[in-house]
Amino acid sequence: MTAGNERYPAHDNQRIFRAILLTMSQPGSVTALGNWPNPPENLHPAAAAVCLTLVDMDTPLWIGKNTPNDIQTYLRFHCGCPVVRKQDRGAFGLILDGNDLPDLSEFNMGDIEYPDRSATLIIQVKDIQVGSGVLLTGPGINGQVQIGIEGLDTSFWQFLQHNNRQFPLGVDVILATQTEIVSLPRTVQVGI
Amino acid sequence: MSFIKESAAGTENTPRETEDTGYNYGYLDEQTKRMIRRAILKAVAIPGYQVPFAGREMPMPYGWGTGGIQLSASILGSDDVFKVIDQGADDTTNAVSIRKFFARVTGVETTEKTTEASVIQTRHRIPETPLTDGQIMVYQVPIPEPLRWIEARETETRKMHALEEYGVMHVQLYEDIARHGRIATNFMYPVKVDDRYIMSPSPIPKFDNPKLDMSPALHIFGAGREKRIYAVPPYTEVKSLDFEDHPFSVETWDDCCGLCGAKDSYLDEVILNDQGERMFVCSDTDYCTTRQQEGHRGPMAAREDISELKGTGPKAA
Repeated sequence: MTAGNERYPAHDNQRIFRAILLTMSQPGSVTALGNWPNPPENLHPAAAAVCLTLVDMDTPLWIGKNTPNDIQTYLRFHCGCPVVRKQDRGAFGLILDGNDLPDLSEFNMGDIEYPDRSATLIIQVKDIQVGSGVLLTGPGINGQVQIGIEGLDTSFWQFLQHNNRQFPLGVDVILATQTEIVSLPRTVQVGI
Repeated sequence: MSFIKESAAGTENTPRETEDTGYNYGYLDEQTKRMIRRAILKAVAIPGYQVPFAGREMPMPYGWGTGGIQLSASILGSDDVFKVIDQGADDTTNAVSIRKFFARVTGVETTEKTTEASVIQTRHRIPETPLTDGQIMVYQVPIPEPLRWIEARETETRKMHALEEYGVMHVQLYEDIARHGRIATNFMYPVKVDDRYIMSPSPIPKFDNPKLDMSPALHIFGAGREKRIYAVPPYTEVKSLDFEDHPFSVETWDDCCGLCGAKDSYLDEVILNDQGERMFVCSDTDYCTTRQQEGHRGPMAAREDISELKGTGPKAA
């Protein structure tokens, strides 16, 4: 599962995981993942890195119908994950274009006794800016933080408000540009 | 100086001198670490909720921190500086063994200084020195379920958490008041996280509970035998349960630390001899040592017969 890096792939996995953990525990904080790995065109390196770090044979991955074959082949091979077509079957969902979102409420929101069984969504976006845009509050955020996302349909923020109201149910989202990620767990409250 | 470095600093992606490369990095295999990492992320996303995980056999018995070391193994990397405490002390058997284990299987740099550590694995204490942004606390948890004393069935406690049916928890505290005139629970004192889940903070003294509230550090709890992971993200409200007329309060001592004179730290009572002499010392050894280096002296600091407590020599006859 090295996917094009050098000697110690375990270190890369660890480094990417810590970056994800940092963003998930401090929603709104942006972390650069660097240039690992080297995925096919239209799959952002940052999104691919998240997949390689978290997705495996135990976690079905949902990808959209129009996903290019080379991306599907890449993820199947390197993550070893089953690829599913039904949205509610995916433990992870990969959305290649933030402007072309499926109905996000169709993803698995978890069970009230097992809210941890909900899906984690990886959504590719163009750019992330801190200090302007939507206002985020909630656990992990010291006061409030503002982030602006380029290349993400505005309906996403309404969904995120809906997502937070379902707590403890809800999906957790990782937004990925080419090189950076920001995480929006279900605890995030959005002021638009 | 009690500060020790058990491994030489190396450049990234090269094994350090102490690292045993016969194992996969961090002892656990990558698939296991991925499974634990996914559980950690869900735990962070649902503060206070216990995420089940497929806990592995570790090279030590349950009760010695198997939950904590599975977390640390999944978290630690070559950039980290690792500290381990057991009841506040860096130099007890369990703490030394776990520290050496990770120096060996990850080559991680180790420290006894709270301020220098990026990851701190702990059994039953939170350091006195305030934690900072970016630090990760890893707790060893024997019994993760705060409702277990009241309801033995997992199926029922799971429903109680789902329905936020927490009345019985207050009944337990009320029974304390009825019997003792005050809330007599002194450790593993239940808390409510982000106004939703009731959580056991592991067997830390209630003295440490306020340190969890709006802490800048990330706190992750691992129960190896019970196979549960839960977390408190930074800057999250953590409220100790109480009543309006019996508000939550922490332990206080009439004495100060015999070695460093601290009045604000959690003190252990130590019996010195069979003449009935005793003293109080900080349970947090790093805090105590640092204060002594800064020139603080407690009333017992000059005594010769307590060199073992001071960490300066063998036990006096």
